[in-house]
Amino acid sequence: MAITVPRPKLNWRERMYLPAIVAGLAITIKHFKNMLLGRTKVTMQYPEEKWDSSLPDHYRGAPALVRDEDGRVRCVACQLCEFICPPRAIKIIPDEIPSTDRFAKVEKYPEEFDIDMIRCIFCGMCEEVCPEQAIFLRKDYAITGFTRADMIHDKEKLLEIGGVIHGVILKWNEKK
Amino acid sequence: MSPFLFWFFALMMLVFGIAVVVNRNPVASALSLVVSFLGLAALFVSLDAYFIGIIQVLVYAGAVMVLFLFIIMLLGLRAEARRQINWLASAGAIAVALALVLQIFYVVGHFKSAGQRFPPLARPMTDDVRNIGALLFSNYNLPFQIIGVLVLVATIGVILLSRREPR
Amino acid sequence: MDSFLIITSLLKIVGILFVVILPMVSYAVYAERKVSAAIQDRLGPNRVGPAGLFQPIADMLKLLLKEDFTPRTANTFYYWLAPCLAVMPAIITIAVVPFGSTLLGVPMVIADVNIGILFVFAIASLGVYGIVLAGWASNSKYPFLGGIRSSSQMISYELSLGLAVIPVFLLVGSLRLTSVVQYQIEHGWFIAPFVGDWLNPWKWLLAVPMIISFVVFVIAIFAETNRLPFDLPEAEQELAGGYHTEYSSMKFALFFLGEYAAMITGSAIIATLFFGGWHFPGIPDGSHGWIFGLINIAVFFAKVAALIFVFMWVRWTLPRFRYDQLMRLGWLFFFEIALVNIFIVAAILAYLPNK
Repeated sequence: MAITVPRPKLNWRERMYLPAIVAGLAITIKHFKNMLLGRTKVTMQYPEEKWDSSLPDHYRGAPALVRDEDGRVRCVACQLCEFICPPRAIKIIPDEIPSTDRFAKVEKYPEEFDIDMIRCIFCGMCEEVCPEQAIFLRKDYAITGFTRADMIHDKEKLLEIGGVIHGVILKWNEKK
Repeated sequence: MSPFLFWFFALMMLVFGIAVVVNRNPVASALSLVVSFLGLAALFVSLDAYFIGIIQVLVYAGAVMVLFLFIIMLLGLRAEARRQINWLASAGAIAVALALVLQIFYVVGHFKSAGQRFPPLARPMTDDVRNIGALLFSNYNLPFQIIGVLVLVATIGVILLSRREPR
Repeated sequence: MDSFLIITSLLKIVGILFVVILPMVSYAVYAERKVSAAIQDRLGPNRVGPAGLFQPIADMLKLLLKEDFTPRTANTFYYWLAPCLAVMPAIITIAVVPFGSTLLGVPMVIADVNIGILFVFAIASLGVYGIVLAGWASNSKYPFLGGIRSSSQMISYELSLGLAVIPVFLLVGSLRLTSVVQYQIEHGWFIAPFVGDWLNPWKWLLAVPMIISFVVFVIAIFAETNRLPFDLPEAEQELAGGYHTEYSSMKFALFFLGEYAAMITGSAIIATLFFGGWHFPGIPDGSHGWIFGLINIAVFFAKVAALIFVFMWVRWTLPRFRYDQLMRLGWLFFFEIALVNIFIVAAILAYLPNK
């Protein structure tokens, strides 16, 4: 059904348009003046200024592998994260830990651990599912690369991003 | 005025004048006419008649031809470009044009002072705009007023023609 | 013709075109972006050079390196001709505008013809051909609509443009633009004819029609230069860029250049007609030394820059008029106002003591 929108009746002052135009010009010049005087808050100038220092602790950035205080890679290659990952970005090739190692009872470690950052959706399910507190979402958000291969984070890269984590449960260490 | 410039602009006028007729595309014809008008304006300017020259550009090239173009484009005369040339009509037109040229030659040839050189005109002391204005409102006041009435009548006629029928 | 005149004229043409107008055009684009940004609480271009000052150079390089594309269905000859026709009138018009007093005894106007303002209108009216041709030759719907709009818009506003300045020339008594400036030096600027003669009620009476004339003229110039409240031929939102939709690379840049050059010329003419040209109270003209000649030129271009700012200010404030509103405004309001204004000024001149 066609509806005719009623047009408002304008009085002579409104029909002159000029007062309205002058009022509009006054508003824009006010913004212009405030900008010149530096009173306007403007957008953050991104590459120079960053949010990094004020990111909240629960920020979900790029997933990364962590080491604990002893320098051990916490991942035990259980592959839970690989299975839970919705876009299937994670690929783990586990390998056996030699019996001479101090942590031989852990049995498995990731020989290769790749996260395809083109696929990753930063959902954080890998962090949630991890029984070992080995994978965390860190605060890196500007993941760039020139090729598809660049965008696949391998184990070294993940450990580099992850760094060392303090205050996690060290269940594989010998009891004192 | 240097004869070179005269020949240049005169030739320009003629060439583009012929292009107006020869071109099959209406838009191209209209644009050729504009260039022809510009040549005419340049000829006027070279005779120190700045006012007439610039009015030529302002009124004909700037306003009248824009309206022409507007209408040509609105009508979309693409079919014109593909139409068969009517050779009989063309021959007739050429004959009429030739007759006119011959007539002009004949009249000019019999004009007494056609062969002699005229002394160059003295440069006027006042602006030609001022001179034209003074003439319009003194010697030619009646024709000027009559033209004014004529234009007024034409304007009223246009308004009447373009008015919507009252519902 | 003596060689001195030819050499000084050439120097003036080259100087005004390559030292003033073209850099001004490119920096007008930069200024437009900066002003629009400030009005919209943004920062604007600030990446290339300090405060983005080299942005125009980068833009130019970018446009030069873009692919120059000609649509297959376009009418090639006219398609190529149109951008040239769009720039030419805007730049030619500046020839009759006095941009300074005298510099070392040379008058700072390229061609001081006795029909100055008519020359401006005549050449400016040719500017429409660039747009109409571009619209027609592109052989595409949106440019075509842009061309149609442009031609009707230009015709409607040329009338009020011409009628609006007649009061100025009624007072001056000559169409020569240098005489207009000279008159304003002696009798006060036309925008405020009472300045310096505060107690003269005649001057105050005159100020009213002068301001009406100024407003109508400025609005008509806006329409003539296709600036925003009247930028119907371009209309990005409805016509996808209008007449230059099909253009790319330097051909597009020429349209852009033409628009800004027209804006500069328009500002220069407004400054000459209503703001006293190169005159500023207290600054003597160029016959008192070359330094004053330079200052006069600087004053003129400062006025032009201020007016360009007004152009931008209005552009980023007002929305676009609808096509029928635009035509109605031109034919039913400005035309009549300008016409009546002429009679008012004529009556003031006829019945009140001069000077």
